[in-house]
Amino acid sequence: MSEAAILETRGLERHFGGVRAIAGVDFALAAGELRCLIGPNGAGKSTFFKMITGQLRPSAGQILFAGADITRTAAHEIGRLGIGIKNQVPDVFDGLPVRENVWLAARRANAKPQALVDEIMQRLDLGDIAGRLVGVLAHGQRQWVEIGMVLARKPRLILLDEPSAGMSLEETNRTATLIREVNRTTTMIVVEHDMQFIRQIATKVTVFHQGRILVEDSFERIMTDARVRDVYLGRQAAA
Amino acid sequence: MGANAASRPRASWWVVVGVVLIAAILAPYYLITDISDQIDISIIFVLALLALSMSFLWGYAGILSFGQTAFFGLGGYAYTVLALNLHETTFSFFAAIGVTMLFAAVLGYFMIYGRLSDIYLSVITLVVTLIFEKAIKSTSGDQYVIGSVRLNGQNGIPTVPSLQIPWSGTELSFDGVFILDAVLLILVYAGLRLLLITPFGRVLVGIRENTRRIELLGYDSRRYKLGAFVIGGGIAALAGVLFGVWNNFVAPEMFGLKRAAEVIVWVIVGGRSTLVGPIVGTAIVQYLQNKLGTQSVGEWLPLILGLVLILVVLLFRGGLLPGIVGGVGWAWRRVRGDAT
Repeated sequence: MSEAAILETRGLERHFGGVRAIAGVDFALAAGELRCLIGPNGAGKSTFFKMITGQLRPSAGQILFAGADITRTAAHEIGRLGIGIKNQVPDVFDGLPVRENVWLAARRANAKPQALVDEIMQRLDLGDIAGRLVGVLAHGQRQWVEIGMVLARKPRLILLDEPSAGMSLEETNRTATLIREVNRTTTMIVVEHDMQFIRQIATKVTVFHQGRILVEDSFERIMTDARVRDVYLGRQAAA
Repeated sequence: MGANAASRPRASWWVVVGVVLIAAILAPYYLITDISDQIDISIIFVLALLALSMSFLWGYAGILSFGQTAFFGLGGYAYTVLALNLHETTFSFFAAIGVTMLFAAVLGYFMIYGRLSDIYLSVITLVVTLIFEKAIKSTSGDQYVIGSVRLNGQNGIPTVPSLQIPWSGTELSFDGVFILDAVLLILVYAGLRLLLITPFGRVLVGIRENTRRIELLGYDSRRYKLGAFVIGGGIAALAGVLFGVWNNFVAPEMFGLKRAAEVIVWVIVGGRSTLVGPIVGTAIVQYLQNKLGTQSVGEWLPLILGLVLILVVLLFRGGLLPGIVGGVGWAWRRVRGDAT
């Protein structure tokens, strides 16, 4: 595939018992891209993300990141190589204050993380809730804390699994703005269901269906694609 | 409960620790002058160290080690064997702790790097301490000798040397032992408290909160967990050495199920969300045990302690200390609220 690909999977599969959650995915992502991943529930999007970040071992196939094979690399090493992920369910330190959450992320590659922590807190507008425990925050705020933690690691590739879930319209718009801004320097893949949201950020969209890539194209073409409409978009595309 | 969030201790904390430290050093001369009281209280300090080793792992690193007694017993036996062979106690004191930490490192390595789940780790630590008890109990024959020391099987070793003041050959007196035990307890407590504001300690708390997130951020959680496990083993070993010195006696019961379960009871009664909690829990349970022991309740003792445990668990979910502190704070707010 293309030489500029920062992430590539070849024949990737993952089985759970007899279920093939991912059934042979050949995927390539160019450096600098902002890709959206859509597909009905159970299409394998989150499983795909978890394999890229070492949270799940592939049953078959290969994952390459910046040319290196990371198929069997441990999660913490993948984190160090520069892949950051916001999982679907907020994956934060509930019992710790917001600031400590960001500090733990910033500190990993940074002996003096204070300036970076301040920068992230300001960028994500977390200053007012810096001292509050993350566990008591609203879902949308917890998502922002997690996104802040991902950004604090300054990764080369960011995976966001449903970043706008549970957010108000205003928060969703801010998140879209943030994603476009971050994408100026960082390659990203975003899993989403909210079509309005995707319209705001997407250039290229990959549609998953039953563990495979159904189609890959620009947002406009995807929205008018008959196959996509059949498996997933039906009502929303008509609207 | 600020310790949980790894906040920096306030100035008042330093003052309190300092005052307690000075009080502990002066107490045997002014406050607790009776030798039998000194002995009774010294052992509470020693056992509180054992409780701290367990609650540090459980409350801060999320590792429930059921078998801290393995390191407790090992520390006691290692000190005894070394000191009797070398006719010297200072080196033996440190070497016993070092050897035990080495053992904790090996055991911890296989459990943690083998990615055993938490529940298996608890079970294995318990099994390890029970294996030690069995093994030591079966060493009553003449052939079980290390250097010049017979292990003596279930009879234990009744000739554990008292600690000597380094380079003087003078044995520590009862008040000396009291002071040593108290000072070490306070230092270990303060050390653990300060550890939690270091990057290492903060990552440990992060692991307890969410191991997956810690890994995704790029931390190798196993290294941190192993570090904590070895520190916990070292503290338990220190308690074991001090126990042997206090008793002039080590026996396989140090490894036993009764002792292992007691540690959990102390920690649960005191509460594991703070480091002071387990110390308070140990003191209360041990005090009760001593008092009831002299009231001829005899075989009813475990039953009464069991009831205490059940009551504490039912009434104070987080343990006595957080429960009381929370209750006083609540009452205080009520009083102030009513006044205005």
